[in-house]
Amino acid sequence: MNKKNNIMFEVKDLEVSYGSIKAIKGISIQVAKGEIVTILGANGAGKTTTLRTISRLHDPNAGTILFKGEDITTTPAHKIVSMGISHSPEGRRIFGILTVEENLILGSYSQKSTDKKTLNWVYDLFPRLAERKRQLAGTLSGGEQQMLAIGRALMSRPEMLLLDEPSLGLAPILVKAIFKTVKEIAHSGVTVLLVEQNAKAALKLADRAYVLEVGKLVLSGTSKELLASEKIQEAYLGKKRK
Amino acid sequence: MDIFFQQLVNGLTIGSIFALVALGYTMVYGIMKLINFAHGDLVAMSAFVGLSVYDQFLGGTTNSLVAVLTIFAATGVIIAMAGIILERVAYRPLRNAPRLSAVVSALGASLVIQNGIMLIWGPRMRFFPADILPATTWNIGGVYISFIQVVILVVSLLIMAGLIFFIDKTRVGAAIRATSIDHDASRLMGIDVNRIITLIFVIGTFLGAVGGLFIGLYYRGINFNMGWNYGLYAFVAAIIGGIGNIPGAMVGGMLLGIFKAFIAGYVSSTWADAFTFTLLIAILVVRPTGIMGERVAEKV
Repeated sequence: MNKKNNIMFEVKDLEVSYGSIKAIKGISIQVAKGEIVTILGANGAGKTTTLRTISRLHDPNAGTILFKGEDITTTPAHKIVSMGISHSPEGRRIFGILTVEENLILGSYSQKSTDKKTLNWVYDLFPRLAERKRQLAGTLSGGEQQMLAIGRALMSRPEMLLLDEPSLGLAPILVKAIFKTVKEIAHSGVTVLLVEQNAKAALKLADRAYVLEVGKLVLSGTSKELLASEKIQEAYLGKKRK
Repeated sequence: MDIFFQQLVNGLTIGSIFALVALGYTMVYGIMKLINFAHGDLVAMSAFVGLSVYDQFLGGTTNSLVAVLTIFAATGVIIAMAGIILERVAYRPLRNAPRLSAVVSALGASLVIQNGIMLIWGPRMRFFPADILPATTWNIGGVYISFIQVVILVVSLLIMAGLIFFIDKTRVGAAIRATSIDHDASRLMGIDVNRIITLIFVIGTFLGAVGGLFIGLYYRGINFNMGWNYGLYAFVAAIIGGIGNIPGAMVGGMLLGIFKAFIAGYVSSTWADAFTFTLLIAILVVRPTGIMGERVAEKV
């Protein structure tokens, strides 16, 4: 971790529960500026809950969340995006009966006005959205909806992007295209925290990774280390034990 | 043929009032998926507040534009504040409770407001003075149109056009539409959902207050429990138009007003309720989502 002294975002001893069920049992995550970090894990491991708690859609039971040195553990959800953290949620959650462009404009709601340059940047990243900007978002294909969800999150010019399962339900060729764009986004200076079930694709993209299992961190390291780790190969990459 | 046009004029007048009140139901439903049963009673209360404002501060002024504007402004502010309080006290604490709890709370709030009106202004019918607005009536080919009817129709149409512009073309309007679709996703955009809900109550109850004052100025007689009757009609109008749909509430209100006027003109006003609810059932059978209810299939 050569960027260690450049920590931009940090979660310390986070605990979250739904009623009496503990979903996150004390996890700590660090993300340096400019990094792509991924959180891997099976269904129900707590990946989405972690992101939702960072965005403050969920209250943590314990722990702290720090962004650029500021404690955002109790910041209301609607203020998170203007601090520089933008979230493309699980299931895309686009506004289906609004047009594509209206969705994007809402992405910049935290700004005083919609920046034409940012809008063009998003249209450059996802030319399909430009072609369909007058169309109702609900009529887009799954891949296009995912592009819209990411594009909408970028409209606030975030410093850190939270991406929840961008590959979910998409054909492999689309997954490839979306991950390529995520890389492009990261190169433009946006720090990315990516949650994925598609471990292979995620590890290829990310600098570092954390592995979650039923609410606990079981493994962390650089993507290279994890790709080589036998445990990861067995559990997430589908390789058989020799 | 005279009766046709006469009832059309009368129907458009009462339809405008239904539409204004229906907007309050439909906007709150759109955002919170809650039927605000206390809305009709705030409409009734606005008529009483308006009358008191007139009696206390403007006693004796007649045919004065300033007086009328003062009544609308003061009543609008007071009723909008009552709407904010209603949401804070009766609905916000139950935001995450089961739907039925909120419905019961709404019905309770309705009774509290209704009885509050009775305690403050008494159980007897009160009357708006006849001369707040000019009593001019025009006879156009046998159809009588009064000054107040023109005012109601024109003001209502202007307000509704303004509302559609606000919802469709402004940034805050887009935030309102987004919030009605998905609260959490809206929060991620930086939208303060609580503030949007407060704003919806302010707009909705303000429109209801305008409707309530029109009821007082047009029919003159006002009753502490009239909110139930007007509220029910407006609620039906909102459902006919497609609950949650803003243009739908406007169209539903107008259609219902005209329908009711024709029943009164051609059949009998005592049958108006029966026919209205038959119409409601017929529309719900044919189009359960109302005339302008959502048609877009969303891919998930």
